Amino acid sequence: MPKAKPKPRAARIPLAKSPTGIQGLDELTGGGLPKGRVSLVCGKAGSGKSLLAMEFLVQGAVRYGEPGVCMNFEETEEKLTANVASLGFDLRDLVKRKKLFLDYVFIERSQITEAGEYNLDGLFVRLAHAVKTIKAKRVVLDSVQALFAGVADTAILRSELQRLFRWLDDNNLTAIVTGEAGVDTLTRYGLEEYIADCVIALDHRVTEQISTRRLRIVKYRGTSHGTDEYPFLIDEDGISVVPITSLALTHKALKERVSTGVPALDEMMEGKGFFRGSSVLVTGTAGTGKSSLAANFTRAACARGELCLYFTFEESPSQILRNMRSVGLNLEPWVKKGLLHFNAMRPTSTGLEGHLAVIHRLISQLKPKVVVIDPITNLVSATGSYDVKSMLVRLVDFLKVQQIASMFTNLTFAGDPQERTAAAVSSLMDTWIVLRDSKPNGRPRRELYVLKSRGMEHSREVRELIVSKRGLDLGAVLSDHTVATHVAG
Amino acid sequence: MSGSSGQGVNLAHLGRNPSNGMKKTSAKKSPAKTSRSDFFILRLYIAGHTPNSIAAIANLKKICEDKLQGKYRIEVVDLLVKPQLAKGDQIIAIPTLVRRLPPPVKKIIGNLSKTESVIVGLDLQHALE
Repeated sequence: MPKAKPKPRAARIPLAKSPTGIQGLDELTGGGLPKGRVSLVCGKAGSGKSLLAMEFLVQGAVRYGEPGVCMNFEETEEKLTANVASLGFDLRDLVKRKKLFLDYVFIERSQITEAGEYNLDGLFVRLAHAVKTIKAKRVVLDSVQALFAGVADTAILRSELQRLFRWLDDNNLTAIVTGEAGVDTLTRYGLEEYIADCVIALDHRVTEQISTRRLRIVKYRGTSHGTDEYPFLIDEDGISVVPITSLALTHKALKERVSTGVPALDEMMEGKGFFRGSSVLVTGTAGTGKSSLAANFTRAACARGELCLYFTFEESPSQILRNMRSVGLNLEPWVKKGLLHFNAMRPTSTGLEGHLAVIHRLISQLKPKVVVIDPITNLVSATGSYDVKSMLVRLVDFLKVQQIASMFTNLTFAGDPQERTAAAVSSLMDTWIVLRDSKPNGRPRRELYVLKSRGMEHSREVRELIVSKRGLDLGAVLSDHTVATHVAG
Repeated sequence: MSGSSGQGVNLAHLGRNPSNGMKKTSAKKSPAKTSRSDFFILRLYIAGHTPNSIAAIANLKKICEDKLQGKYRIEVVDLLVKPQLAKGDQIIAIPTLVRRLPPPVKKIIGNLSKTESVIVGLDLQHALE
């Protein structure tokens, strides 16, 4: 029987973490999974448990110099290797380089007769052998519940599983055990009862034909963590979780100012424009010039040599470039220079969380200084109203922490100026610029005013917004009291 | 994990034959005298000489002597010595007895104290008729 010298528990450093390397998850957990402990990842079939566990091993092997063992109870080594190849993981290579050890454990109940007392030392021996062979620091057991189908005596099995988890702990292995979700319990066989340190639940829902994946940290001993569900995405780069980065609002407010791209608008804001790294909401009815304003902002940033990331949901990048040329804005040189990146997404191609995950990932990869999302209305309509606000809070927070200036446009409808989404997100925004149509004396015109802009003495005037071939400009000051009526409405 | 050294049961053989970590207990009679189909090759997997392992070896020998005299060979595999052998027969529980011959492969887990279950599990009744 394999024996391990039990270590005095008090001697352990209480909060050592083992990074998963999974984008977002490490931020969420304050550094990763509890080092040298067992974590449970549970969820229904197809919720991404195995993938998460596998990425934990691959990242450990590739990025953190921690070889890992995967004991798989459901799939052969060949199938597993093929499954994760689509995520860019080359398991065969890792196995060859002794960074990874795969062991497929197959249990055929019909072959087995039970005749007297036994324990699961065979499993222990195999695991210990694998760990020793590659000096593993990480272990995945995916998923141990298969043992319940193979071993009749569940009392033995339960005590052996407890012994197994203790063995992993005692050998200072950071482990993920996966478990299938039960009807009313986190896992079918109540594995969560044996895992004290960290439990993560995954969920995969389809609402209005759009599938959304979510992750929730059910418990994490000794670490403060959000109890919210966080959207996550599985694509060709593996898993990424949309994290919450600034629960404590720790981001520094920058004093530096940047141009709005429209000199007259800068004038309205103490002659200096926005604060660097602040978030700007631009709302307005259709055709009032929201995208033009965003494009001006973008161009100004590019001209300062700053990288811009422009997310568009309604038009293709070429459409935007064409439209902007018609208002005197040639953005193409910046695209060619690599300073302006467009990312066009179909609003219904995935849920809000999917979009947010893509946004997060691109931002992390490109590290832009300016991000434009045009318009957020589409993000919101993709999933209905379901906790849209908390997700946008996370996005805005994320941008602020990275000190990225952001501009969000939002389509409003005539007669509904304080439209729901605008009301939901406006409190997060540092600056809110309102655009609108009006037809005094039958002559249509566009109007602009700064509804709020934190930390500065901004103008409260309503100005005419002039969109022409020569670009955007502000015209005459219109009457002051319209602002008041508008806000009241 | 430390290999506990066993007491009593033929551990010396393991040292002498490190290539496969097996100890073979052949029946006295030559296998040539019986037809191939009713000769039993039984492999017993243990992990160190625990009470269950020692019991399983003793129980197995007794059953074989009673039922299969001259028609069996027992191989004992200590997985603490040769852990890599656990995968081939997909060993999880200890002790596990594997009937390698005659086919089909059958597995019995436990210390083999339930003689009836062992006889049924190895399909001995059928084989002896």
